[in-house]
Order: sequence, then structure tokens, then C-alpha cells
Amino acid sequence: MSHGERTEFKNPVINWIDERLPVFSLMQREYGAFPTPRNFNYLWNFGAISMFMLVTMIATGIFLAMEYTPATDRAFGSVERIMRDVNWGWLLRYLHANGASMFFFAVYIHIFRGMYYGSYKKPRELLWIMGIVILVLMMATGFMGYVLPWGQMSFWGATVITNLFSAIPVVGNSIVTWLIGGFAVDNPTLNRFFALHYLLPFVIVAVVFLHVAALHISGSNNPLGIEPKSAKDTIPFHPYYTSKDLFGLTVFVIFYALIVFFAPNVLGDPDNYIQANPMQTPAHIVPEWYLLPFYAILRSFTLDIHIPFTSIVLLNSKLGGVILMGGAIAMLLLMPWLDRSPVRSAVFRPLYRIAFWLFVVVCLVLGWIGAQHAAEPYITIGQIATALYFSFFLVVLPLLSRFEKTLPLPSSIAEAVLKKD
Amino acid sequence: MTSSADHECCGSHSCHADKPETHDDGQGRRDFLVMTACAVGGVGAASVAWPLVSSMNPAADVLALASTEVDLSKVKEGESITVVWRGKPVFIRHRTAKEIEEARAVALADLKDPQSDEERVKQSTFGGKPLSEWLVMIGVCTHLGCIPLGQKPTEPHGEFDGWFCPCHGSQYDSSGRIRKGPAPKNLEIPPYQFTDASKIKIG
Repeated sequence: MSHGERTEFKNPVINWIDERLPVFSLMQREYGAFPTPRNFNYLWNFGAISMFMLVTMIATGIFLAMEYTPATDRAFGSVERIMRDVNWGWLLRYLHANGASMFFFAVYIHIFRGMYYGSYKKPRELLWIMGIVILVLMMATGFMGYVLPWGQMSFWGATVITNLFSAIPVVGNSIVTWLIGGFAVDNPTLNRFFALHYLLPFVIVAVVFLHVAALHISGSNNPLGIEPKSAKDTIPFHPYYTSKDLFGLTVFVIFYALIVFFAPNVLGDPDNYIQANPMQTPAHIVPEWYLLPFYAILRSFTLDIHIPFTSIVLLNSKLGGVILMGGAIAMLLLMPWLDRSPVRSAVFRPLYRIAFWLFVVVCLVLGWIGAQHAAEPYITIGQIATALYFSFFLVVLPLLSRFEKTLPLPSSIAEAVLKKD
Repeated sequence: MTSSADHECCGSHSCHADKPETHDDGQGRRDFLVMTACAVGGVGAASVAWPLVSSMNPAADVLALASTEVDLSKVKEGESITVVWRGKPVFIRHRTAKEIEEARAVALADLKDPQSDEERVKQSTFGGKPLSEWLVMIGVCTHLGCIPLGQKPTEPHGEFDGWFCPCHGSQYDSSGRIRKGPAPKNLEIPPYQFTDASKIKIG
């Protein structure tokens, strides 16, 4: 926002505003001329797609909030009223409920893309960390949003997740009582979850802003994982990537619309169309699909760890599960320091490439296990998958950074791209 | 910040003629001001934050629903009822002799959360007479808060003739003690007392 470099705008109104508040200069610099690697593939669409979903969720959410009532005796009914009586209410609700799934889907692809191409590495560590913070905020927001319709899964999901905090030694139960505002999940819980579900998306907007600001400092990574060296390696963001993002977004929205209009309940749980009953636990509590891998990790810890030769429990299975689940997120945060390989992109890392795809399979297996009953053989499979999840970060990444023989990197993006053609 | 004071306190090697008015003294006073201002501000912020944090704890109306009275005269041997106390289900079971015997035959060393059956029903007395056939406990799994099955004869009772939690497979025995699965503790016993041989007040 320096004064000297401002270019004049032809439109006098725009120019008048820009002289006083250089928003147009900023947009021109950060989104118009912004030099971007020329070799993005379609996986680079998912940042923009995620942003679109965030806006969609906030827009539909605000209108839903105008019709929704956060009280235990009326919440379920108010959601049914939205579905039946409110003009276009069914559309708003289906867009919002399935939008959460689409948002997570886009964000997970975005994260896996970052992992594959080494986007978390220097100098983008903080950018990556803010991305994981966004993921955690999304999980909290998604979870609290799922409680609002006050169905059976809402209620029991809320009960199970808030009880995770009771695993904390000594003060655990007081923390749970404080969190839910009573001795069981009830009206105070529903009220505060609504307040927080409305608040957190705006916190996400703020962190997304920082995420994008940091991106514009380091510049984007690219499929080759090498930094642009000259003007030949980059193209302006507009019109090249605005149009590419728009195309990717259109395909994504078609997919979103197919779900909303033709299978709006396919990702939901039928039990959530039964009003919450605090006296009866459903036979099988499952979180939404996007939380399943973490739920599987939570349940994988079934042992009590004792102080040797005594019966004093050092770490019970409940606390152990909670620590593992937190650890699963912490692994992502630590990834820039666990992987010391100087080569970013998996394109030039033959062993990392295999490890990455195995990791994706492990995440899918965990997701599948998270949806199963806590019984054999699922418990054992879940435990193996959890062990593999952690060994990817704590064993494979450090070992590969030391012993992997990477392929030679091209001297520049332009050279690699033009040679291919 | 008088110069004479500065000169007095200056040691032989710390005073330089080319430096105007040594900062030591003024700096120290400024540090003190900054620290006290921060301390007062911090205490102020914390005291404003406390009402916000505390407002999330159970309100007076929630706390007021503290006790429940139940008539047990219609609950036959081998039957259970579930009542609500502070928004939570309370399991009241009229146990059979077999169940009591099973619960008392277990060695304490075999238990994850060792507690004798006698201890668990010690509040079940009226007029000095033990009523240990009445097991009263909070029907909330100590793992993650689900409600275990086993109150009805048709529901699963687990391997120990007690309760079975469908969420993560915890199994409780006929004394409500954790025997198998991820739950760390026995089902909690609420405070209660018999106000009559067949009437009970919970809370």
C-alpha cells in the first residue's frame, strides 16, 4: 500500500476512491497482476472452491438462522417448519447441510494436495499451520451445527463429544459441566452451541484472510515444487487462474447440485430425523463422515496403561483416546518439521509418493472403521490403521528425509513445462 | 530526574560524560510504571472475564432441579425402572438373589475400578435394615456418556448379567461395575436415601 507505485485508474470514481483507500490497487496487485506459477493443475482449484463454500455456508446459514429456534422443545420442530413451510426453506437447509460435506470434501482435497506437493515446507510453514487451524475450527463449527436440529444423533453426538473433556484428570467433570451448562446436554447447551455456530464461521473468515495474506507473501507452490525464477515461470493470476478456478468451481457446483437436488439425505443419518430423547441412546452413534477418521482414532485406544507392577492406572483408555485424537491433528501441525527433505513435490520423491498414497488409504480405512460398531474385527483393524497413521508422520517422514534418493529437479518451471509440450 | 541525583548514584565506571543524563534511574521508574499498569490491567481484564466464564456454568434454575422422589412399591424383583434426576437417567433395579450373589462372588482384584457390592448399595437401608436388593445408579456410561442397555429384559445385558453400552461396548455387572470395554469407572452412585421401605429420594 505504498503511495509512490499507485497507477492511475481511468474511471474517475474508482480513482477518487483508490487515492483515499487503495482497495482497487490492492485487488489489482494481489489478484490481477499477481504472478502465479504457470503450471498449476486442477488440484489448485480447491482453495478457491473452499472459499466459495465458506461464503455459501455463511449466506445460507444467516437465512436459516432467521427461521431456526434454539430451544430444546422447539428446535426440531423449527427445522421441520423450515423444510415444509418456509419459502425455499428446504433448499436453504439442503444447501447448508450438504454444503458442510462439500466444504470438508474440498478442504480435504486441498490438504492432501498440499501434502503431495510439499506445500507445507519452508517458507510456507505458517501458511500450512493456519490451514490446519481452519480445519480444526471447521470441525468445531460442523459439530455444533449438527447439534442444532436436535435429532437423536445431534443429542448423542453432543453428549459423546462433550464427554471427551471428562477424560482430563481432576477437573474433567467440572469442565464438562461448564461446557454444557448443566449436568446433561440440555437447553443451555443447545443455546450456546447456536451462538458459537454463528460466531465461529466469522473466526474462520479471519483466519482464511491471514492464510491468504501469508500465501501472497510466499507465493503459491506448484506441482513441480520449485520456486519460480523468472517472468517466464509465471503468468498473471487474472485472467488465467480466475478462469481456471471458475471452470473447476462450475464442475464442483454441478456435483454439489446433484447431491442437493437428487440425494439430499444420502450423507445424513436417518436417526437425526427422530427428535432427541435424552433417555434413549441410539443403537449406533456415528459422527458425520468428515469426522469419521478422527472418531476411529479416538476409539482405537482400548488399553489402560498401568504403572508397572501396580494397579495404579497412569493413562486410562478414555484419556488415551482423546490424546491420540489430538495427536492426529498435532501430527499435521508438525509436518513441516517432521519432513526435512529439501525436495517438495512427490513427483521427484519416488518413495514418498508411495508412502503418501498408502497414507491416503490409511485415512480411508480409518473413515470406514469410524462408521462401524465397536466390535472385532473392526477394533483390531482400527488399531493397526491408527498405528500406521502415526508411523507415517513419526517414522516414515523422518526416515525418508534422510535416506530417500530423489530424482533430479528441472532447472526451471518454464523449462519443464515447455519440454513436456 | 535531577542531574545531581544521577551523579550521586553513578558508579565510577558507569558514568560517561558524552552520554546525556544516564537512563538508569528514569528507566527503572518507567519499567515500574509499565509493570504496575500491566498488572492492574491484567487483573482488571481477568475480573471482567470471570463473569463471562462463570455465566456458562449451570444457572440457578438448573441447580434447583436437584432432588427427585420415587415410589418403588410397584417394582417387582427382577425389574428395573429409569427415572430422571438432574436431566440424567437413574437406573433403579430390584435385584434377584442370583444377581446379588454373582456381584458378591467377584474378587476385588479382578475389577478395573475395585469396589465391593456392599459398598455400592450402602445407602440402601431403612431403619437400620439393609435393602441391598435395591441398586440405584446413574445410567450414564462412564466412557462417553451414552445410556447403557439392560433395563428391559429384552435388551442385551452383556457377559456379566448387568448392562451393556451400545456405543463402544462397555459391559457392567449386576452391581453396575465396569468389567469389560473402554469405560474407566463403575456406573456412578447418586446420593439417595430411603424415606420409607419402598420410597426413595434421590439427590
